[in-house]
Amino acid sequence: MSIILDHVSYVYDADTNMPVKALDDINLVINDGEFIGLIGHTGSGKSTLVQHLNGLMKATSGTIYYNGEDIYDSDYNKKELRSKVGLVFQYPEHQLFEVDVFTDVCFGPKNLGWDDKKIQLKAYEALKMVGIEDEYFYQSPFDLSGGQKRRVAIAGVLAMSPEVLVLDEPTAGLDPKGRDELLNKISELRRTTGMTVVLVSHSMEDVANYVDRIVVMNKGRVMYDDVPSEVFKNYKELEAVGLAAPQVTYIMHALNDAGLKVNCEVTTVNEAADEIVKALKGRK
Amino acid sequence: MLRDITLGQYYQSDSVIHRLDPRVKLLGTVAFVVSLFLSDYFLGYLVAILFLAICVKLSTVPFKFIVKGMKTIVFLLIITVVCNLLFTTGTTVVSFWKVTITVEGIRMALMMALRLSLLILGSSIMTLTTTPNNLTDGMESVMSPLKKIKVPVHEISMMMSIALRFIPILLEETDKIMKAQIARGADFESGGLIKRAKAMVPLLVPLFISAFRRANDLALAMEARCYRGGEHRTKMKPLKYRKRDGIAYGILVVYIAAVIIVGKFGIPVGGFVW
Repeated sequence: MSIILDHVSYVYDADTNMPVKALDDINLVINDGEFIGLIGHTGSGKSTLVQHLNGLMKATSGTIYYNGEDIYDSDYNKKELRSKVGLVFQYPEHQLFEVDVFTDVCFGPKNLGWDDKKIQLKAYEALKMVGIEDEYFYQSPFDLSGGQKRRVAIAGVLAMSPEVLVLDEPTAGLDPKGRDELLNKISELRRTTGMTVVLVSHSMEDVANYVDRIVVMNKGRVMYDDVPSEVFKNYKELEAVGLAAPQVTYIMHALNDAGLKVNCEVTTVNEAADEIVKALKGRK
Repeated sequence: MLRDITLGQYYQSDSVIHRLDPRVKLLGTVAFVVSLFLSDYFLGYLVAILFLAICVKLSTVPFKFIVKGMKTIVFLLIITVVCNLLFTTGTTVVSFWKVTITVEGIRMALMMALRLSLLILGSSIMTLTTTPNNLTDGMESVMSPLKKIKVPVHEISMMMSIALRFIPILLEETDKIMKAQIARGADFESGGLIKRAKAMVPLLVPLFISAFRRANDLALAMEARCYRGGEHRTKMKPLKYRKRDGIAYGILVVYIAAVIIVGKFGIPVGGFVW
């Protein structure tokens, strides 16, 4: 159970005088149950890449295998793929359209042709998963707050019971509290259901605390693909392409340079605090 | 999906045609369209085709790109040709069942097809080589005499430039919402008319909401910048005629004259003057 991208390239506007190479020879394996952060500066090709994962866009060259099957085969069931790889777009609240929250969440599963009982059960589960209370179920989605709308939209994808959940910039436009809430929810979801999660973001700070693996994209290519602590070692290179390592990384490096021997590989604030306390005790 | 629509789009390049003053291109297009109705014989159209071919060549827009925009009118073209072919009375060529095809019919059908195609090609050359902003600036300037009879020229051109500006934005938005709904299993392509119409709801509702949101934001942004419209507004880049624009007007006059003169002569073939 995995997604394999084999030499995938994609070119926009190929027939004009300004072709844009959005993806350039991407090789990537997304394993089952992984929590991956896909990071890149605006225009690095990360949104284009995730739209390939569920077959919405077709690569100009290269192949993608889902569970060992070539998704570009003419007899491959694309609709089923889209239910297996749930893709949540940027600003997903813009796709809400139904009269009430519950009906909107039912839209996805209904398209899969399930029976009503299963649809309602899945919709209910999905709404609970993202933490929407029962009292909102029959309100118009347009009356909700921004953060709630977004969670409802994510529930709309979750209700299709995907095996892989891909979220494109899920925290864009949310305040810090909303952002933390949402990321915690996603992390919790992944722990309880064991589904594979791909989180697209341009902020290292967002993903550092949650993911087990970071894929950094730059100009349509994969620049780094490793565990967070390894990726953040290259913080100077990351800066050069308009990204930044988490602030913790900078502090730890600064402390190290100032003579306090700390382990620079920590990625979260809590780990860093422990590390500093340890180093200070060791010095006494 | 929707990136394929080229009608009314701008094609970035740096050619003589691109650099022409928008007023020249606007009046030129009007003149070209009028010229298509000046001649009764095919020789006149040969001049028009030649003129258009030179414009296309000068514009450096790939011909393939221009023709792509024609796809949208193929249906209209076919209907026009068929109607003219079937319902023109005159000397019969062939007749079967209840259908009679006449020489006049063939002539009319050909001429209409030519006129329509040239009309679309000619006007797409203008939109492909002129940015929407330039185009509306030109339009405002060309229409400014109408201000005398209280036509709100500035407001009209402002509305037009906003509408034009929003076409690519809304197209992109449609594409995005469409993709998002397809990702949720929506199907826009299969099924009968009613099923397809129903399938549009998840696309149209979010699209309208976003159009209203954008309109609202834009109105606020304009108010915040104290936009009052109309009188005493100056332009950052006022339109100014250059030498090449004069030359272009000259060429246009020569072209119209050529069409009028050449259009007087028909070629007699098989007892008919074509």
